[in-house]
Amino acid sequence: MVSHAIEVRNLYKIFGPRGGDYVDAVKNGLGKAELNQKYGHVLGLRDINISMPAGGIMVVMGLSGSGKSTLIRHINRLIDPTAGEVLYDGVDVCRMSENDLREFRRHKTAMVFQKFALLPHRTVLENTVYGLEIQGVAQAEREKRAKQWIARVGLAGFENHYPNQLSGGMQQRVGLARALTNDADILLMDEAYSALDPLIRVDMQTVLLDLQKELKKTVVFITHDLDEALRLGDKIAILRDGMVVQQGTGQEIVLNPADEYITAFVKEVNRGRVVNVETIMAPLSGNPEGMPIAKGTVLEMAARAMTAANQTLAHVVDEAGRPIGAISLSAIISSMVTPTSHEAKAA
Amino acid sequence: MAGLCELLPGFLCKFPAFSDASIRGARKVIDDGFKSLVRSYVNIIDAMVQPLQWFLNYLERLFVSSPWPIILIAMLAIVYFGSRNIKITIGTAASMCAIGLLGLWNDTMVTLAMVTVCTLIAVIVGIPIGILMARSDRVQAFVNPILDVMQTMPSFVYLIPVVMIFGIGKVPGLIAVVIYAVPPMIRLTNLGIRLVDKEVLEAADAFGSSGWQKLRNVQMPLALPTIMAGINQTIMMSLAMVVVASMVGVGGLGKNVLQAINNQFFTVGFLNGFALVAIAIIFDRTSQAYGKRLQKHSEVIHG
Repeated sequence: MVSHAIEVRNLYKIFGPRGGDYVDAVKNGLGKAELNQKYGHVLGLRDINISMPAGGIMVVMGLSGSGKSTLIRHINRLIDPTAGEVLYDGVDVCRMSENDLREFRRHKTAMVFQKFALLPHRTVLENTVYGLEIQGVAQAEREKRAKQWIARVGLAGFENHYPNQLSGGMQQRVGLARALTNDADILLMDEAYSALDPLIRVDMQTVLLDLQKELKKTVVFITHDLDEALRLGDKIAILRDGMVVQQGTGQEIVLNPADEYITAFVKEVNRGRVVNVETIMAPLSGNPEGMPIAKGTVLEMAARAMTAANQTLAHVVDEAGRPIGAISLSAIISSMVTPTSHEAKAA
Repeated sequence: MAGLCELLPGFLCKFPAFSDASIRGARKVIDDGFKSLVRSYVNIIDAMVQPLQWFLNYLERLFVSSPWPIILIAMLAIVYFGSRNIKITIGTAASMCAIGLLGLWNDTMVTLAMVTVCTLIAVIVGIPIGILMARSDRVQAFVNPILDVMQTMPSFVYLIPVVMIFGIGKVPGLIAVVIYAVPPMIRLTNLGIRLVDKEVLEAADAFGSSGWQKLRNVQMPLALPTIMAGINQTIMMSLAMVVVASMVGVGGLGKNVLQAINNQFFTVGFLNGFALVAIAIIFDRTSQAYGKRLQKHSEVIHG
């Protein structure tokens, strides 16, 4: 299965009975507060343009009320947009007929929910087969496939338990197994891990990253947690008041925050785990010195390796082992601490 | 205050009603119109209710003419496998034996047949209407006032048109009982479906469920406890109404009660009354225990 990218173009959502009437006004600069006060409509999303990478994890981040859950619901059209398009493989999801949309949801998308949304009267196995059951797959076949995924998410032996016999983390594993059993290209995760406690959350992130290495699905992950976003996201978009404030890779956002809002966000980030060595390396001058460090290594790992080897100098090598740059321990440390300019800006 | 009327014009003291003659005229027109309408459609109406008559007669004959041990064993089996509760089963056996010893067995069977048919019809009619109501606010706005009228209109009043249309007998009694007993079925089906968790419905949508799949896999199973409460209420109200329906020719325990009222037979009245209570309790406990057992998934909590 080849994954396709998702293109969100000029997407607007205005909640209220006559949302369509105000799109032009919003395009011409009508603000969220004014729209609400004067016309009683709520601005959900405003001119969203994101291209979500095929086979990668796209993280949409924002605080509550920023419109991130509204945005993810446009991808499988649980919410209809007021204006704009969502393109998948060249087809606009927003213009699909009811039948096409149902087929699209059945075969191309699967979703994981913040509050799990499992069927309480069905066992783990019966919940997991739900997507296939809807598609009309024969019982023996769907149970065989479901059992594989139940085992993959670490729930083997719990097939006949009911959801409320399980802990929150286990319930969300069921939610994940249910989505994966659907074997859909797009995996939508709406704050899937926000209701879990921190240790289990990290655990589930690892599960997702491991699965993604082999599955290469187009994942859209919603979160309000920047650490989670940086850990998972191949690309990150930050939403505020229904608008995209900044999008790019985790490194780009941490190193070049677009405004004070994002600066305040990234201030607390552990840069050593986000920034790669090639981002801060100096050009090679003369022969490569010190130990070799692979391209793509994060600063913290590089510092640990150099300290262990008792070296202060190192050179970065690419996949083929050719040296491409030089790096020093002091440069690594100065990049790992938050720059004072950011501290000042955020304060 | 009485003195005030002497100072005021007459129409402020006595509410100005239409004249007796015009009311009488209107009443006559409506009554005659209704009667002639019924008269001209009498064949069609009879043909429509004929299957009900057959079904009711068949069930009644089955209950009354079968040897009592078979009925008793069948009843205990239903109660036991419905409730899985030995106490309820023993209680049922004891009360049915008491009913038999007091010579009320046949009358009880007639009532039982009546209540069974009424409940079945109420469920068959009530659940689809409840589903329609849950799916559309407009249907709900239309049906709700009708249900209000059905529930508050004194049952004796709607016995009049029922008797005019269907005559005296079991079927008009049955229809009167169903009219009385179906509102809770409709209301609780509607309520149960409307209370289904929005998140779970959204998940069903996200996986591409059709409307029918959503109803079958999500809404009905999750509404089931409420729907079971509706069935329970319907049974209770049917049992209460069979006494009133005996006024239009329904036999069984209700007829005995009616005769006891007319003749001031204190003992007969109470014995039949208690027999009704016994059946009501059996139905209630069994259906509630069954409904609870359907919810076994919600009882085991992670801990």
